[in-house]
Amino acid sequence: MAKFQTLQEAVADNIRDGNSIAFEGFTHLIPHAAAHEVIRQGRKNLTVMRMTPDLIYDQLIGMGCVKKMIFSFAGNPGVGLLRRLRDSVENGWPHKIELEEHSHAAMANAYEAGAAGLPCAVFRGYRGAELTRVNPNIKFITCPFTGEELAAVPALRPDVAVIHALKANRNGDVFMEGITGVQKEAVLAAKRSIVTVEEIVDDFEGVSPNAIILPSWTITSVAEVKGGAHPSYTQGYYGRDNAFYIAWDDIASDRERFRAWMDEHVMEAGPEVFASRVAGLMQKGGTR
Amino acid sequence: MSDFTPTEMMTVAAARALSSKDVCFVGIGAPSAACNLARLTHAPGITLIYESGTIGTAPDVLPLSIGDGELCDTALTTVSVPEMFRYWLQGGRITVGFLGGAQLDRFGNINTTVVGGYETPKVRLPGGGGAPEIAISCGEIFITMKQSRRGFVEKLDFITSLGHGTGGRDRAEHGVHTKGPTRLITDLAIWQPDPETKEFTVTSLHPGVTKAQIMDTVGWAPKFAETMAETPAPTTEELLVLRDLHARTKAAHEGA
Repeated sequence: MAKFQTLQEAVADNIRDGNSIAFEGFTHLIPHAAAHEVIRQGRKNLTVMRMTPDLIYDQLIGMGCVKKMIFSFAGNPGVGLLRRLRDSVENGWPHKIELEEHSHAAMANAYEAGAAGLPCAVFRGYRGAELTRVNPNIKFITCPFTGEELAAVPALRPDVAVIHALKANRNGDVFMEGITGVQKEAVLAAKRSIVTVEEIVDDFEGVSPNAIILPSWTITSVAEVKGGAHPSYTQGYYGRDNAFYIAWDDIASDRERFRAWMDEHVMEAGPEVFASRVAGLMQKGGTR
Repeated sequence: MSDFTPTEMMTVAAARALSSKDVCFVGIGAPSAACNLARLTHAPGITLIYESGTIGTAPDVLPLSIGDGELCDTALTTVSVPEMFRYWLQGGRITVGFLGGAQLDRFGNINTTVVGGYETPKVRLPGGGGAPEIAISCGEIFITMKQSRRGFVEKLDFITSLGHGTGGRDRAEHGVHTKGPTRLITDLAIWQPDPETKEFTVTSLHPGVTKAQIMDTVGWAPKFAETMAETPAPTTEELLVLRDLHARTKAAHEGA
């Protein structure tokens, strides 16, 4: 059964130095508050994975928390490149991280294989693509029925999956909707999981019988953090802060400016600041 | 309306390549503008799909990212990302994949991974995202990109996604039997692959563009079709709809 905890407790209990962690979210529902808590608690040597690492991975890398990143698209979507990631890979600041690079199809299949308890994922992919040369975790196998050559990658099974969702009920079951990415797969593939939610409600009255609900017994810790996805968004609660994604490009372009921003907004702040960050974004929250 | 920018011409020409019958996997940036312009003008029945899982989306403003809430709010349905890549893309349900890129070669192979060597890159680009499988699983691929010596290169630093490989039958020899890149729409011209060699050949110059401009902006000796067309200039309606879309988008993203 999921434990209700503060975010500080949930991170302290579940995330250790050297762990592999999937902070998942596909543009929507990115667990920013939880990643900031990990940075604040000074976790190191993490292997982080995500299909679309964006700002929180830039921040984790720039703060020296990351040893290795497994990913398929590392950018600030619609804005440009990740400056702190580039500084690490191109200049070794604060240190050079190890990269394991895949395509989206490979990562999505690998999480699904993890959730399904399989050792690897099989799919039609990577034909003629040069990642096969630089990533030894991409192999090909032959279909025993048709003879077709198919790509295979190892299942992703993080120590911890960290996601943000719309709400939990008093039992600790978690509900999400909208663009739900690979979060369900990541939680089911992981050994432990932390879910931050916008609110805790008495029941999920009115949701569709086919709604995406993660039962309490599949989750380790639930923490309520209003606005916890900002500058990402939560469907029906607040819109994506596109202006902040654009502003991040400048903040992250300079080491000193980056450190100053992190000190003020992460190291000397707490999860409670997120509620005020989304206050002005409520009218952009979608159609709920 | 006679005044238009090369970028507007590119977007309009790219939009015209799509029809209401298409099911189109949309890349962010230039492809997204073209696909939505098509939907708002001559192809209202087109199904637009973004890799975040939104199917049949009809955004009022262009998304900044592939997963803006607007895409989900206006979609027919939104599926998980594994389902998107397995059932819809790999399942062969997409007629056109619309891609951009950082580097392109004459056979429509694309690089969005690194400039320089892979281990010690000069510029670490975002990576392939959905492109390696979009490039092989969609019925055909349209590419839209502005011409420049930096982007249109003799040899890619890294092959992120397969086009026609080394040309001729190379794509098929990789076990890929979809058409691959069939059209390249730039700010200066429309290019189509030669039926035999698969090398991109200029088949239509945009109004006022010269062969010299084409040669100055690609890193190889470009081929021109024997009879080249002139791309019709954007119509008043196309330009009005496109500018309106950009104005709404700008206002929305600046938080106005």
